[in-house]
Amino acid sequence: MNVTAFYIAAAIAMVSTLMVITRKNAVQALLYLALSLISVAVVFYDLGAPFIAALEVIIYAGSIIVLFIFIVMMLNLGKRATEAEGKLLRPRMWIGPAILAAILIAEVAYLLARGNTTAAAANLISPKQVGMALYGPYLIGVELSSLLLMSALVGAYHLGWHKRPKPEAQDVGREYATRIDAGRDSVRVGSDRSAGAA
Amino acid sequence: MISPHPIAALIGILIVVLSIASGLIWIERRLLALWQDRYGPNRVGPFGLFQVLADTIKLLAKEDWIPPFADKPVFIIAPAIIMVTVLMSFAVLPVAPGIIISDLSVALLFFLAMSSLGVYSIVLAGWASDNKYSLLGGLRAAAQMLSYEVFMGLSLMGIVLLAGSFSLTDIVHAQQRIWFIVPQFLGFLLFLVAGLAETRRLPFDLPEAESELVAGFHSEYSGMKFGMFFVGEYLGITLISAMITILFFGGWMGPVLPPIVWFLIKTFFFLGLFILIRASLPRPRFDQLMAWAWKLMLPLALANLLVTGAVLLAFYR
Repeated sequence: MNVTAFYIAAAIAMVSTLMVITRKNAVQALLYLALSLISVAVVFYDLGAPFIAALEVIIYAGSIIVLFIFIVMMLNLGKRATEAEGKLLRPRMWIGPAILAAILIAEVAYLLARGNTTAAAANLISPKQVGMALYGPYLIGVELSSLLLMSALVGAYHLGWHKRPKPEAQDVGREYATRIDAGRDSVRVGSDRSAGAA
Repeated sequence: MISPHPIAALIGILIVVLSIASGLIWIERRLLALWQDRYGPNRVGPFGLFQVLADTIKLLAKEDWIPPFADKPVFIIAPAIIMVTVLMSFAVLPVAPGIIISDLSVALLFFLAMSSLGVYSIVLAGWASDNKYSLLGGLRAAAQMLSYEVFMGLSLMGIVLLAGSFSLTDIVHAQQRIWFIVPQFLGFLLFLVAGLAETRRLPFDLPEAESELVAGFHSEYSGMKFGMFFVGEYLGITLISAMITILFFGGWMGPVLPPIVWFLIKTFFFLGLFILIRASLPRPRFDQLMAWAWKLMLPLALANLLVTGAVLLAFYR
């Protein structure tokens, strides 16, 4: 285990996570979150778990955060959203999280002071070992989480699926005609983005 | 694990890869011209070889324009991300015995991780440009690359089962008797399609689709920032070709000629194939692209994994 690499990665993880909370622009916050996840992957790699490190990048940084950014882009948030976020980030909002974080820090400090920490994994954990553990003693956990994901998938499909009414040929034609007349843009009228781009 | 000469390998691979990527621009234009019955660039230098150099000078001399409405830091960092992620992947490629920068035990996963991070470049470029065509290109790229990544990973798991390792060196060594193209032909086809989609090459270039989206995600880019997207695409093709060579065609292995020559011959064959595909196939509609990914490619990748696993379990336990 490379101690210098560990502390650098851990510091980047902490700073970028702090930036996630304080950014008012959603996309920039998400970018910092991706950075935080990548630095956590480096920590994992340094602790001797390369398989988990790779999965952390592939699944969290490479897929889930990209999906978040995708949704934020679809929502077409503009300056108004940033202003609303600014109103939320008042000093009063910080009290609750600050107390909880302080308890955690105190706990970590107590454990470190007692020197009663378990030794960091000295040996490398191979992908095979992870697989053997997952499909051996932890099989029930794997099955339960796959059931959960399956039900989420079915639920999302149900929410997203809607019966399309049969379009009458005349109506479609009229709709197109009005759209051409109005010369309407695909970007929502009155949104900040279209105003900025003009 | 570290190779015997990591620094020498690093410099050598970097120089060779960058010159292949920029040379490809010329090769592609000449080959396209050949197949379309015209000459292509043939004025600058012998056979037009210095055309790329002339283009680079032109790109460097152009005004590097950042639109005032763009999100400046994100706009600047986006083209760098694609270069970094693709070049990082080359660090784990075993070119020949001993010629590798870092022989990682999870090299295959590292490659998948880097290619999944490459999506950020395109999505952020589209978002930061604050232009509706760019945004549409970025949205398309996010949906397309996320979907195709899923079965890109799954299509390679058959190879991992056969080789019993995520290490690319081990995978090449496992092909001593037979290339994995034979037992994993379906996996090869799936990976080829996923590779095309991940590099956003025609017929999967919907994120830029110049006939409908101006230039898609890089509409607002100019100068060397545009050049980085351009070279990044060719680096991506080189990477996918090298990966196909390593995973399915025995890497550096071959008779008589030295290993590195075999590796280059095989890689260039697939580079040519990529260009031929570009020259011959039309672009699908976007909904067709997504339906193709989720309704055809994903079930095929899962079936391939299932059958490979079952055969291994039944006969080679």
